[in-house]
This record gives sequence, C-alpha cells and structure tokens, in this order.
Amino acid sequence: MGDIIGNYDILGAFWVTIQLSVLSALGSLVIGTVLAVFRVSPVRVLRALGAFYVNVLRNTPLTLLMVFSILGMSIILGLQLSQDQARDSYWWAVIMLSVYHAAFVCEAIRSGVNTIPAGQAEAARSIGLTFGQSMREVLLPQAFRGAIAPLGSTLIALIKNTTVAAVILGTAEAAGLLAQITENEGASLPTFFLFALGFVILTLPIGLAVTSLSRRLAVKR
Amino acid sequence: MSSDSVLFDAPGPRARLRHSVLTVIGVLLVVAGGWIVYRKMSEAGQLDPALWTPFVTDPAVWTEYLLPGFWETLKAAAASVVLAGVYGLVFGMGRLSHVRAVRWVSGVVVEFFRSVPVLLMMVFLFFGYFATATWLPNQYAPMAAVVVGLTLYNGSVIAELVRSGVHSLPAGQAEAGLSIGLSPSQTLRSIQLPQALRAMLPALVGQLVVVLKDTALGTVVLYPELLTAAKTLGSAYANTLQAYIVAAAVFVLVNYALTVLAGRVERWLGRRGRSAGTPRSAAVPSDTVPTAEATSSSAR
Repeated sequence: MGDIIGNYDILGAFWVTIQLSVLSALGSLVIGTVLAVFRVSPVRVLRALGAFYVNVLRNTPLTLLMVFSILGMSIILGLQLSQDQARDSYWWAVIMLSVYHAAFVCEAIRSGVNTIPAGQAEAARSIGLTFGQSMREVLLPQAFRGAIAPLGSTLIALIKNTTVAAVILGTAEAAGLLAQITENEGASLPTFFLFALGFVILTLPIGLAVTSLSRRLAVKR
Repeated sequence: MSSDSVLFDAPGPRARLRHSVLTVIGVLLVVAGGWIVYRKMSEAGQLDPALWTPFVTDPAVWTEYLLPGFWETLKAAAASVVLAGVYGLVFGMGRLSHVRAVRWVSGVVVEFFRSVPVLLMMVFLFFGYFATATWLPNQYAPMAAVVVGLTLYNGSVIAELVRSGVHSLPAGQAEAGLSIGLSPSQTLRSIQLPQALRAMLPALVGQLVVVLKDTALGTVVLYPELLTAAKTLGSAYANTLQAYIVAAAVFVLVNYALTVLAGRVERWLGRRGRSAGTPRSAAVPSDTVPTAEATSSSAR
C-alpha cells in the first residue's frame, strides 16, 4: 500500500479530476443556460433546436462522445486543440464533458422554471410590472431556487463522470490510474477504497450543501 | 410547452415582429451549424459515398459487427437491470427496516456505491479479480465486470427509489396496516411496497436508459458491446467516423424510445386515477417523488 502511494501519482490523478470537474462545470453551466433560454423561449425554431440538442446528447453514452472526440474530431477531421497529444486529449475531454452535461443542466434549469405556478406570472403582470421586472423580481428567483437540487445532482454526476475521460486520457486520470495499478500490482482493496474515498470527499460536501441550501431556499407554497 | 404560458404574455404586434426576427436568427444558426459540419466533413473527405454506403449495401456491416455488438449491449443491460432490481429491493427494504443495525448497514452500502464512479468499480473488478480468476472462463470476465459494476450502482439508485417511494405514501396507509394487526414488516411487504413499486415504475424505465448508456463503459474492460463493435467495424471498413455516428444513432433511437415509454407509463398511471396508492405529489417536495422526468434527467 505504501509502495503504491509512493510509486504512482495518485494525488496528481485526482488533481486532474478536480481540474476537469471545475472546467467542465463552468462550460456546461454556460452552454446549459443558453439551451434553457432556447427551450423556454417563445420562438418555435429555438425551442426545437434546444429540444433536439437535449434529446440527442442525453441519450448518447459519454464514453462514445469521448472516443469520438479523439478518433473522429481530432484525428480524422483534424480539429486539434493543441500540438501536444496529451493536452489535446485533455481539452477534448473538457469539451465533451461540458457538452454532455449541458443537456442535463438545461433540463435542471427548465424544471426550475416549470415549478413556478402560472399564478405568479399573472400576479406580477396584474400589479403592473413590466416583462423585465417580473422576470427579475418574481420569476427568475423562484426558478433558480427550484433548480438548485437538480443542478447539484448534475454537478455530482459530472464529478463522477470525469472518470470516463480515462478512455482518452489513460493513466493521467483516476480511473485509468486505478486500472494500471490493479493490473500491475494485483487487486488491493485498500487502494480501491483510497480511490473511492477520493470521490466521496469530492462529492459528499456538495451533496450536503445542496440539500441544506435547497431546503433553506425552498419556496413555501 | 407549459413554461411558454407561464413566462410570456400573448404576443402583440411588436412582440410578433421580434419573434419573427428571432426565428430568422434561429434558422440562420441551424444553417450555419450544418454548413460548418458539412465543410469540415468534406474537407477531410468524410462525405465520400464509399464510406457511407456499406451501411446500406453490405449486410455484413450489421450481421457481423453492429447487431452482435448491440446484442451484447442488450444482454449486459438486461442482466444488470434484473440483478439491480433484486439488489435494490433488498437494500431498499433494509433501509426501511425497523432493526437499527440493518438500516444502518444498508444505508452505508447504498450511499457508498452511489458515490463511487461505475468505471472505478468496473476496472477494479476486471483487472483485480475477473481477468485473473481461475473459476471464471476468460471470455466471461469482461461481461462479469460490466454486469457487477452496473448492478452495484443502479441497484443502489433503485434502493433509494424504493425508500423515497415508500416515504411518499400517505402515512395513513402504514397506520391502517398496523391497526388491523399486521406486523411492521407485513405492512411494508403487503401494503406499502406494492403501492410504492407502482408509483416508481416510470422512474424504473428511466433508469433503463442509464443502464443502457453505461454498458458503453464496457469498452474499457474489452467487453464487445456496441461501441467496441463500432470501433472494430471502423477499422475493418476504414470508416471510423461513420461507424461511430451510426452507433450513436442506434443508442439515441433506443434510449429516446425508452424515455417516451417512461412518459407514457407515467401518464397511464396518472389516468388510472388518484387512488390511495398514488403519492401525494402536491404535498411533498418534488425531489422526493420519483418521476420519469427527474430520473431521465439525472446525468447517470
């Protein structure tokens, strides 16, 4: 066990996990918000575009997206993001994680919007608020509060899904490193629990924070 | 579109003009996106008909590669779903047990397997045990790793569904069972569980999508499922890009059909009337009632 920690860069692998999580969380939040705006907009073309994106990306395995990015986009279509092959894979992993989870972020935000009863918007309008005011003061705060819980579970899923990047990053990433260690040193339960613990440490605080936040901010109806 | 009526007024003349402008912008966006894809593909020579026609003209593409791969995907998914159902029921009941130790142990097991990435379990099981096991014929090692990994994770999710399903039943159901003289475990088995299982049916169908998608992780442990099959096909016919696109289309179609089915089941259950067994969806926060929408939108 001590040898394993000494010989393999476990902390480095988890550092990659954290980098991938933060970068793709930001990326998916941006893309997902734009998609959510599309999906609730009054324009039919934009709604259809948003729905198409969500239905396709949500139903495609992330593993396939990862493999496709390197073999398809980078090698065959020549869309290299960096001269260095490892950096290229890294940035493609970030893009694919963002693009995949954006579909779930979009659905989380949309479900937040859908929790608002129609009466809220009607009441805002009948006391004379303009469209912008009713959005800012009445609707969006409620939508945001309703979206906290699903956004939180999407973030947790994203952190766990960064392991899928091992398909293209190899041993630079936690799951790839665990595969290599297990293959070289044989099955060692303590090593597995060490890796598992890493993910529990990364996800547990988020889960607790989201639960208490969504409870504290829940809209009383 | 329900959000439509919530957020926006009926459009007046100016709003209608704005909408038409946005429509034009949307169409332009779609066209521009399509054009970029077209340009990139044709620059790389990927639109050459010779790369695409095998999918229509050569039956071997399907009979030798894609269909056997899809069959392996279905096999692993079906085995995992059945086992995960059993596991989920056992540990879900464990979490509802009135014996504190049972409740505690089930809670720890379920929470642990829910928070560990499936791929981590798969590679550890495969490289650590199944690939080197003497009791397991070598060709079954990848499938064993895939099925056990998926069962542990999805079973834990189902255990949580069972628990939240039972908790969302009206308290009167359990009280009625206890007051006619049933023991707590009899009440759970013959009164609460049947109703909870019915209410979580849509969520279970939604979970199928997750299982089916996650079988693709099997490619890491050399399981010959659809994604691996697409890879082999791509090298045999020198059309890697096209093989992946077709495999993705198969995944999307099957999973989309399952999502639609989950929605149908939910509506069908809703139509059968609000009997005592229907959860009080109005009274409980939406995250405790498992719905198809909630599950199919979980990223795993």
